[in-house]
Amino acid sequence: MHLTPEDFSAIALSMKIAVTATALSLPFGFATAWVMVFKRFRGKVLLEVLVNLPLTLPPVVIGYFLLLMLGRNGWIGQALSSVGIELVFTWKAAVLASATVGFPLLVRSIRLGMESIDHQLLQASRSLGAPWYDTLATVILPLSFRGMVAGSSLMFARSLGEFGATIIVAGNIPGLTQTIPLAIYDYASSPTGTAMALSLCIVSIALSVSVLFLHEVIGKKLEHGGKA
Amino acid sequence: MKLCIDIEKRLGDFSLKLNTEISGERVGIFGASGSGKSTLVHLIAGLIKPDAGEIYLDETCLFSSRKKIDLSPEKRRISIVFQQATLFPHLGVKSNLLYGYKRCRPAERRIRPEAIIEVLNLGHLIGRGVNKLSGGEKQRVALGRAVLANPRLLVMDEPLSALDDSLRYQIIPYLRSVSTEFGIPCLFISHSLTEMQLMTERVLVVRDGRLAGISTPDELARTGMATNPRGYLNLLRLDGATQKDGLFHYPWGEGHLIISEGRAGEESLFELSSRDIILFKQHPEAISARNLLECRVAELFDSDGRKGVVLESGGKTLVAEIVRSAAEELGIAPGTMLFAAVKASAFRRLS
Repeated sequence: MHLTPEDFSAIALSMKIAVTATALSLPFGFATAWVMVFKRFRGKVLLEVLVNLPLTLPPVVIGYFLLLMLGRNGWIGQALSSVGIELVFTWKAAVLASATVGFPLLVRSIRLGMESIDHQLLQASRSLGAPWYDTLATVILPLSFRGMVAGSSLMFARSLGEFGATIIVAGNIPGLTQTIPLAIYDYASSPTGTAMALSLCIVSIALSVSVLFLHEVIGKKLEHGGKA
Repeated sequence: MKLCIDIEKRLGDFSLKLNTEISGERVGIFGASGSGKSTLVHLIAGLIKPDAGEIYLDETCLFSSRKKIDLSPEKRRISIVFQQATLFPHLGVKSNLLYGYKRCRPAERRIRPEAIIEVLNLGHLIGRGVNKLSGGEKQRVALGRAVLANPRLLVMDEPLSALDDSLRYQIIPYLRSVSTEFGIPCLFISHSLTEMQLMTERVLVVRDGRLAGISTPDELARTGMATNPRGYLNLLRLDGATQKDGLFHYPWGEGHLIISEGRAGEESLFELSSRDIILFKQHPEAISARNLLECRVAELFDSDGRKGVVLESGGKTLVAEIVRSAAEELGIAPGTMLFAAVKASAFRRLS
């Protein structure tokens, strides 16, 4: 197995993007899941469709929409540009792409965790003097922890593999925005790149297995902790 | 405690419409499953919102659609003990117990954790995780947690129905003691008449989401005597047993009650059906039943074609059930002296 300095840079960037996208999405994912599980309001179905849309849309479509919004002529892009922030073709755009594509997976896992919480625990908490935000922090949050861990690992793994949206909105610039899948794509397009592509594939598999393994271990620990 | 309710609530096909006022320190809400008892509890505690109406607890308005008042559950200070213990699974026994206490304003903290731990005998459970407790222990912790929130009203929503019979009657003294020792008004919800008799002094009867009446648990038991498959259930707290020939002799009234399944050395609670008592006008010469009690008829009451006979001996009473023709044949009237025969095995020990 042979890895070039560019490959190491792609691995580091992939990790950085996946960690940032997951960390940034977690509070929003928790809030969205909470709203979907515990709140009743008109337009809830619309919210569900919007949250789950990235699961069914081709990532390239998502990337293209992000590009339209974040580009110089896009309404978000213009606003950011006026305060000196450029996102398109930077690693931050790759974070946004990964966050958008992985968000439904995160919300879905947290939601499953929240749905398994006995509603009477929340009623008990409220009747024992806790305002809604206290119940959220002291009952819902700790009891959703397993769902959050599961969702974060899924989202992290999905971010590591993100390709379509990233290449459109962040490009494929070695050392700047080139992640593992984009580097593999480059090697696969070159007649002499098979060995290099395979090396990165092995790294990719190792990373995914590690994430899933960690996910299982933490899940088991939390399960045993819950039974203490 | 005085509770004034005038509310309407529709939930799918079911509608609850109540307009009543009830006061007392230990009030019961009695009704069959699906009659609206739990909905009523949720409305009082603020866990669901009435469609219209008003709820007052003493002088405090908890809800009024007219005045646009809807106090949030945490501001109502009404603690609930649910059917399942609903202990927070991620917290230990101590943190569960103190959950409401920590959220209670210091000025309102009348009841100290040490006192409740002693009364509910929770000392040895404090360091444990809640998933390592038995059903009865869990319910005691849930009760302690509810009381430590120092509520103005303690609601017990069928707290015993998830427990088996032996545990159920072990918990009842704890339920009674928290209400009496700490002076917390208590609203007890159940479909069990026996539990109502043991726990409450006034009962609000709910049927199909409507008020069916307000009475005392004893009146309720008398009214339902003929229709209840087990008749009127006499509940007897007996102590000071002596054992003779494998039977337990308990002092009662002017004599003794002889019981097969007694327990020496501690107070026990027994149940005796009104249908297990046979009445004789004169002393029968020989009889296999071990109890033959000479009693005076204190009172007679009707229940759907049956006669309830309240028998008195040394200040203690028992209710026997007979058909109307038997009452006429025996010439029973208040003041009549009778002999009541009861088999030693007819008494069922509850705790």
